[in-house]
Amino acid sequence: MRELLLCPPDYYGIEYEINPWMSRARGAEAALAQKQWNELHATLSKLDCKIHLIAPQRGLPDMVFTANAGLTIGRKFIPSNFRHKERAGEAPHFARWMEEHGYQVAWLPDDLYFEGEGDALFGGDVLFCGYKFRSDIQSHRAVADMLGCLAVSVELVDPRFYHLDTCFCPLPDGAAVWFPAAFDEYGQRAIREHVADLIDVLPEEAMHFSCNAVVLERDIVLPEGAPKLVAILQDRGYRCHELPMSEFIKAGGACKCLVMFMPQRESAL
Amino acid sequence: MFSETIELRGHIIDSLILPKVLDQILTHGANFKIGEIKIGKKRADQSFARIEVSAETSEALDELILRLRQHGAEVDKRADAQIAKAPADGVFPRDFYVTTNQQTFVRFDGKEIEVRPAMMNSAIVVDRKRRSARAVKFFDVSKGDEIVVGHQGVRVVPVQRSTSRTDLFQFINAIIDADEPKSAIIRELAGELQRARAAKGKVAVVAGPAIVRTGAGQHLVRLIESRYVDRLFAGNAFAAYDVERALFGTSLGMSSELAFARGGHENLMRAVNVIREAGGIAAAAQKKILTGGIMHACVRHNVDIVLTGSIRDEGPIPGVTTDAIEAQKVMREKLADVTHALLLATIQHSLAVATMLAPTVKTVCVDIDPSAVERAVEHQPLQSIGLVTDVEPFLRELADCVTEAESSSGAKK
Repeated sequence: MRELLLCPPDYYGIEYEINPWMSRARGAEAALAQKQWNELHATLSKLDCKIHLIAPQRGLPDMVFTANAGLTIGRKFIPSNFRHKERAGEAPHFARWMEEHGYQVAWLPDDLYFEGEGDALFGGDVLFCGYKFRSDIQSHRAVADMLGCLAVSVELVDPRFYHLDTCFCPLPDGAAVWFPAAFDEYGQRAIREHVADLIDVLPEEAMHFSCNAVVLERDIVLPEGAPKLVAILQDRGYRCHELPMSEFIKAGGACKCLVMFMPQRESAL
Repeated sequence: MFSETIELRGHIIDSLILPKVLDQILTHGANFKIGEIKIGKKRADQSFARIEVSAETSEALDELILRLRQHGAEVDKRADAQIAKAPADGVFPRDFYVTTNQQTFVRFDGKEIEVRPAMMNSAIVVDRKRRSARAVKFFDVSKGDEIVVGHQGVRVVPVQRSTSRTDLFQFINAIIDADEPKSAIIRELAGELQRARAAKGKVAVVAGPAIVRTGAGQHLVRLIESRYVDRLFAGNAFAAYDVERALFGTSLGMSSELAFARGGHENLMRAVNVIREAGGIAAAAQKKILTGGIMHACVRHNVDIVLTGSIRDEGPIPGVTTDAIEAQKVMREKLADVTHALLLATIQHSLAVATMLAPTVKTVCVDIDPSAVERAVEHQPLQSIGLVTDVEPFLRELADCVTEAESSSGAKK
């Protein structure tokens, strides 16, 4: 059974602007955000997984996006080195929590920015890693060294899709959902060379964070607003759970950003 | 050119980072040379590449490197060049770095600067305040000058082979032996000379006495008259033979009809005397004492004449630089902006000039002795053509080709 880490949105809000989605003027509606998060929690609870909760911290509104806490493989947890100081305070809380739960915490060198599962997703036996906006490409090399796996680094070029998990979502059957325009030409080619079966998301659906989906075997939990993608996935035999995510999209996150797999993989090989 | 060495590590092949970085270098108008590459053998093995990036300006290089860093490029931290002071005037420190004629950079304070001018068989003096470096000969060094010693921090960039394959010199780049056909190459050379003239290049001819003795002088005169020659480098003997031919119809007593004429060596001595009496070649031409031959053509068409002396010289003819060190300086100065060099039938003079040429100068060496051709072109490994042949048929055919092309292009107009 898959285990997931979530963080309740008690202190969630748009308190700073570190991506093009965020606007303090617009803000997120706290009650609605709570309702949407509860719905995500309830949906996941009914699926084949075990949910862990980390205590939210005042002053760390984005801690709700646990996917950016780090990358967990087997019993090893590689904490993130956040690029923005606004989020850097989250790292010790996550590291302590993981350590308390029996994970071996392996820090990257301080000078390498890395934003965890947000920028590192396994597809088959390849760890796809996004770089430029948040993670440094050098961090991929260090992660690949730690895990002994093949890391394919792809450059993200659209600031709206600043993390890999906003534009790329591997599926258990070896296919992947992606929004190609979020990658540079070389990144697109590298992904095509390693993933034979790619499902393109239309630009209007990508804008609803459709790639930001939690995949639990045949169940896919994704934000509402992507009828075409949902039809394709259903054709392939997936059960799609569409959820309203408006309040989190205002901060540049959705279903997958709110969840970290622990672990994402039992082993890197 | 300014350059920096970068290193790439990781899964740079699977991620297509290596091709991306190389493409970016080229699209930014810079160049690269892969120094070392190690490809991982197993799937999870990381790869490594060391790449030398060069750009026209230091700013362009900095900007490019900054971009490449985003893709994981790390700048190779290399050591500065070692420096020692010259112990006395005209003496280099022991272990001084001996230069080649290739583009050379020295690194100090973490930055590379180009040695200008690049000069073969010299030492490198650095001026830290001005951040400049130049190649110097023994006579140019003063006590206390800072000289590069050892090889650390010195980088030599050989001329790159052109990838376009349109450049005759890089395409042929060989020695054509005596028994091989030459017409096609001579035709191409004629085309190259026309392009050089159109592009305001500077063509230097290094001429040996055999040109006069074989009767090829008239063909060289045709090239001069068509303005294909900007500078003539020769020895005292060449000028003396040419003047003798112009004044008496012989060179070293031999007429072009291959008969020994009356007067023998006497003619040469009298010719030298006439020029000395007139006050030099240009003066003799102006006074209409000298009315034909190569020297006369040079004066008429404003070709720079650079004459240097040797031990066996008669005279010398006024204007010949007889001090060897002074001659080196003059030749080097007159060769600085040369783009094409024709080294014709004179091994010693050709070798002297060849060691002073920048590696980018397109060089043609013609000599009847294969070893002379080989030695003269070895300094321009990617920019030279050698022809083993008597100089007379070569010059005749070359002059025919250019004059033919001239008249046909004239007819079109």
